[in-house]
Amino acid sequence: MFIDLFYLMRAQGLKVSMNEWLSLMEALEKGLCRNSLLEFYYVSRAILVKTEADFDKFDEIFLDYFDRIQHFEDIPQELMDWLHDPKNMKKYDKDEVDARTTYDLEKLRQMLEERLQEQHERHDGGQYWVGTGGTSTMGHSGYAATGIRVGGQSQHRHALQVAGERDFRDFREDNVLDQRSFQLAFRRLRQMTTRQDGPVDVLNLDRTIDETCNNAGYLQLEFDRPRTNDIKVMVLFDSGGSMTPYARLCSQLFQAVNRANNFKDLKIFYFHNCWYSELYTDPRCVYGESVQTQWIINNLSRDYKVIVVGDASMAPSELTWIGGSSYYNRYNAETGLTWLNRMHNRFEKMVWFNPIPEAMWEYDYGYQTIEMIRNTVDMYQLTVEGLGRGLKKLVSAR
Amino acid sequence: MKEFKGSSNYVVSEDLLRIVNIAIALEKPLLIKGEPGTGKTMLADAIAEALGKKLIIWNIKSTTKAQDGLYVYDTVQRLYDSQFGGEGVDDIKKYIKLGKLGEAFSADEQVILLIDEIDKADLEFPNDLLWELDKMEFYIPETKETIAARQRPIVIITSNAEKELPDAFLRRCIFHYIAFPTQDMMADIVHAHYDNIEEHLLHRAMEAFYQVRDLPTVAKKPSTSELLDWLQALRLGGVDPDEIEKELPYAGILLKKNEDLTAVKNAKNRVKNGFRW
Repeated sequence: MFIDLFYLMRAQGLKVSMNEWLSLMEALEKGLCRNSLLEFYYVSRAILVKTEADFDKFDEIFLDYFDRIQHFEDIPQELMDWLHDPKNMKKYDKDEVDARTTYDLEKLRQMLEERLQEQHERHDGGQYWVGTGGTSTMGHSGYAATGIRVGGQSQHRHALQVAGERDFRDFREDNVLDQRSFQLAFRRLRQMTTRQDGPVDVLNLDRTIDETCNNAGYLQLEFDRPRTNDIKVMVLFDSGGSMTPYARLCSQLFQAVNRANNFKDLKIFYFHNCWYSELYTDPRCVYGESVQTQWIINNLSRDYKVIVVGDASMAPSELTWIGGSSYYNRYNAETGLTWLNRMHNRFEKMVWFNPIPEAMWEYDYGYQTIEMIRNTVDMYQLTVEGLGRGLKKLVSAR
Repeated sequence: MKEFKGSSNYVVSEDLLRIVNIAIALEKPLLIKGEPGTGKTMLADAIAEALGKKLIIWNIKSTTKAQDGLYVYDTVQRLYDSQFGGEGVDDIKKYIKLGKLGEAFSADEQVILLIDEIDKADLEFPNDLLWELDKMEFYIPETKETIAARQRPIVIITSNAEKELPDAFLRRCIFHYIAFPTQDMMADIVHAHYDNIEEHLLHRAMEAFYQVRDLPTVAKKPSTSELLDWLQALRLGGVDPDEIEKELPYAGILLKKNEDLTAVKNAKNRVKNGFRW
């Protein structure tokens, strides 16, 4: 049942697994959805979606899927006029109405088509026509076991309406980050040393005690290989100029990187727009407080993961010209692109995070240089989702 | 089957009620996420009370290991006993102490097991519990014994989203996100705690409270428990309800960060100059 919904969700990027789908089927079988679309909405969301960040996407898909089933556009205006100003319901026998008004959707549609042909005036409180306050299957402000609401407001909250409110828009992962989410993202950046290599030199206290006791009190020492995070990280920040609007974002990222004390080594350098023969150790990029880029390339081992943060927007000449540096007094003997490639050749694991929204990359002021850099380095937008994808790329074995 | 309908001192939303019953019916762990102060932990309490079942709480800390929840083999006590001639040293069973999970499995009646703040533990922690939560059993090699649940416990797991939980674990859970209460629900919650609060004061204070929460510049948004403390302070301080929105007295109870207090102060000044919040 609804198997196309399952595939629609997977196609739209909701990671629904077979197990979860079967659970949903089990729930349907047990009658947990009580034959109501609203209940089905909640049940399926609880079973299929495991983070509030995906609720919005789920709402969207759900709307899209069930909207197609639910549409009735061709209600004549005359009929809609008869449905204004609804009459209150009189007492009715719920069981009788339930028994009389239980139909499937196909039949209901057909009945509505018929009424549309034959109804010529207002009817309220009855059992047959499209009207208000009655117990027929069509109209509104009445009661029927199944039916099609025409006009009016829903008396009971309807699933599509709930989904349509899209309350969870704020939780989407493509939202921009705060510092906390930065920190959490960086925790993913870990690659533990294996139990296979390294010295066996850390005392395992628990096992020592257990073994000693089992040994009738004769001391028996037990050692382990320690497991530590083996990741070395180098972060390069674009500083100043066109990055000023993103200063706050970058400073939060900076603090998060600094606080993520789980790296084996962390190096941070700065550049302006693009790096050439020097990288700066100070965000102001002052002359003198710098290291030779070539020195870094020669001396840091290949397994450093390089994270570049910058908007990649500059004059194309800064990337492609000898002497194209935006600091007129700091002549570059080789082009920015050359240096970029040189860095990437040495450090294979390299990603670029760009605070400019991805949708603008092709139109924004820096579109030419963004494209040139993207040809060399994988670029991600600086959002929870982008950061996650980028960092995953860094630790993946390719 | 018994159905959970809420309890006397826990205000439960319709959504949550529905989800709890789904989880019970499908016999899957229920994973609850939500802002701090939305009553995640209290939910288990309420369910236990409403269904009349015993509640077992397993509080997770950063050092907690999955093994702790199953059982601990007290070898030291056994050695001690053997050296000083205690009885029954050769009976290893005596030195196996069941953890919270073990306790829940071996209970005679169905219990409710709350695994509180599962995200505090190491990243791998939830993965270590997959089998146990799926099959509701575990094996003790020391005694060659299998502890299997006599009555499948109702498992409630809470998380503050400190760390991401592994996919394999999530696939086995029913998920619910407790949204922050709406104004109407919040009024119910306040009434559940203070039964004789003056309506006018409550109304004014709530208005100010939700305005503070809606300020985009406020980073640490105040939660339910802070509102309750604040209301208490406002009552004891005898503050004129109509002044609350303008003056925001005792703002330090609502906001715990300097930057947030400044942000609210700036917003207040704008109000004085004729702007809305």
